[in-house]
Amino acid sequence: MFRIHALVCGGTGCTSSGSVKVREALEAEIKAKGLEEEVKIVQTGCFGLCALGPVMIIYPEGTFYSMVKPEDIPEIVEEHFLKGRPVQRLIYKDKQEDAPHASSLNDTAFYKKQKRVALRNCGVINPENIDEYIAMDGYFAIAKVLKEMTPDDVIDVMNRSGLRGRGGGGFPTGRKWSFAKASVSDKKYVVCNADEGDPGAFMDRSVLEGDPHAVLEAMAIAGYAIGADEGWIYVRAEYPIAVRRLNIAIEQAREYGLLGKDILGTGFNFDIHIRLGAGAFVCGEETALLTSIEGNRGEPRPRPPFPAVKGLFGKPTIINNVETYANIPQIILKGPEWFASMGTETSKGTKVFALGGKITNTGLVEIPMGTTLREIVEEIGGGVPNGKKFKAAQTGGPSGGCIPASLIDTPIDYDNLIKIGSMMGSGGLIVMDEDTCMVDLAKFFLEFTVDESCGKCAPCRIGMVRMLEILKKITSGNGEMEDLDKLEELGNYIKSASLCGLGQTAPNPVLSTLRYFREEYEAHIKEKRCPAGVCKSLLAYKIDTEKCKKCHMCAKVCPAGAIKGEVKEIHSIDPTKCVKCGACYDTCKFGAIIKK
Amino acid sequence: MKSIEELMAIKEKMQNKVSLRNSAGDDVRVVVGMATCGIAAGARPVLNAFVEGVSEAGLSDRVMVTQTGCIGICQYEPVVEIYEKDKEKVTYVKMNADKAKEVIERHLKGGKPIAEYTIGAATK
Repeated sequence: MFRIHALVCGGTGCTSSGSVKVREALEAEIKAKGLEEEVKIVQTGCFGLCALGPVMIIYPEGTFYSMVKPEDIPEIVEEHFLKGRPVQRLIYKDKQEDAPHASSLNDTAFYKKQKRVALRNCGVINPENIDEYIAMDGYFAIAKVLKEMTPDDVIDVMNRSGLRGRGGGGFPTGRKWSFAKASVSDKKYVVCNADEGDPGAFMDRSVLEGDPHAVLEAMAIAGYAIGADEGWIYVRAEYPIAVRRLNIAIEQAREYGLLGKDILGTGFNFDIHIRLGAGAFVCGEETALLTSIEGNRGEPRPRPPFPAVKGLFGKPTIINNVETYANIPQIILKGPEWFASMGTETSKGTKVFALGGKITNTGLVEIPMGTTLREIVEEIGGGVPNGKKFKAAQTGGPSGGCIPASLIDTPIDYDNLIKIGSMMGSGGLIVMDEDTCMVDLAKFFLEFTVDESCGKCAPCRIGMVRMLEILKKITSGNGEMEDLDKLEELGNYIKSASLCGLGQTAPNPVLSTLRYFREEYEAHIKEKRCPAGVCKSLLAYKIDTEKCKKCHMCAKVCPAGAIKGEVKEIHSIDPTKCVKCGACYDTCKFGAIIKK
Repeated sequence: MKSIEELMAIKEKMQNKVSLRNSAGDDVRVVVGMATCGIAAGARPVLNAFVEGVSEAGLSDRVMVTQTGCIGICQYEPVVEIYEKDKEKVTYVKMNADKAKEVIERHLKGGKPIAEYTIGAATK
């Protein structure tokens, strides 16, 4: 009988910060102290606080340790496991509060406002053990569906729950299912879109790594609802841990007879295959994804016909995102009313966001729809670090837009985000402070979409390149005011004329920054100045002769030999030689280098 | 697997093993002093007796068994404190595994603290 469960995060974030070594050290130490019978070590999926990895949580108390190193393990075992004194210096503390905080994870500001539905098992169970999933009511939803419900009942529940697709589009899941059910065919497919491609988004990966069985179970439920007996998971090969755990989970489910023939003795057959994607962004678009599964080059095809009518291998197909699936077993077990009680009028339930950028708590959070951006950034995210000011948040990645500080109290849901010119997307949320140049940001996303455009249709293939050229012109100081009108005109044409979602949304980062930060574009053009001090061509470095302490440090680090002056002389920068690398700016201890 | 019963059997078998990870909803906390003094006086068998006994009695849902450092009354170790919502804390002293079983039976299940094992009785 174990009196302590030590949960070590095995998500990708913590694995790269060294959680495997921590776990090995823990195993060795537990053995050395003869505690194998008393302490159970569990490898779990992502806890969400990736910036603080490797993280560990110790039950029954729920003590949360962050940034644990293998050297810390003997102290944890000796002090905490043997003597019951949690190691204070390793306990995670809320950054907003100075005092060491209550040790339980649930009490921290990071977790308090969260509501974990899709992530409920992530960081709680061992994802490589099907029994632990079953202990958390796993596979009871498919049992209930098969024994007590007709396919129409299932679709009715999905409709009443108000669940909408979490991959970005926000299409009502129940309606999608009912279309596929209505299609008559000898063969139908259920597909899981795990081709998470937005820069900075990693919620699907975390679900697959932390709770893979939930996705399998939901796909089987979908199969029953629409009359399919085969499922495909399209997951990118860059997610090796997720792929490995999915394979283990599928094996275990087959062994238990929860996938395969005659599931739970009901005569229902369902099996799942995995297809690895090579990481092309366009393959996250549903028709391109289906084309790729079929073994062809990943290019989108026109809709209609929609996949629900003619999808994978020409058969009726539903395709849902990982996070959408992860919600479904819960909806079946707890009822659609429970799910619909969370969220806003048009957006029910919760949404997972990957918090990144200039924010204290980088990581994964799940919040009820309708939570304001302010709550996410300031309370859960712990605010913008280094005393900087919040400038904007970017949602929806390369398809989305920016939310400026003036709209920080907007409740986040599908429709509100569209209204203010952004979109939910898959849930990446990148926070920017005053040091971010919005023109440069738009350029970054455009470079990404230009790279990732499949090239099938002209508006996206050519139009995006033209937009990028204009942005480069502006950031290098050669922009003209007409360029802004051209950007808007071109952007709107590309949106309306592109074949698939990639092109239809790719101009959004430019259009939304133009909408809210037009004055920054104008400063680049009219004043040849980058207000955030990012665009190199528009920067000039100068030395403030009053602050210069004549220490010569700047001249030493300058790689271009652009700084004149000897020790005990006032220094100056030769603008013709300066390469604007900023080395002097970073080195000067007296703030004597001015960046303008 | 051909039936929900089989699924249920796995869930029940596993439930005890994962219930430790649910710290919410515990109404009762059994805290065993596990500092050097406690361990020297024999706190570990007491702690293990509580962990196993609570699970066997099916009380895992509402009782959390945990440990703490030195409470400061080393001569009375092993010390076990029981915190219950809206009730006064009960401090048991000079515990052993047999007494632990009795406490589970009479106090945690029966709802009646065992006065003769408490610190009140020991200091009289």
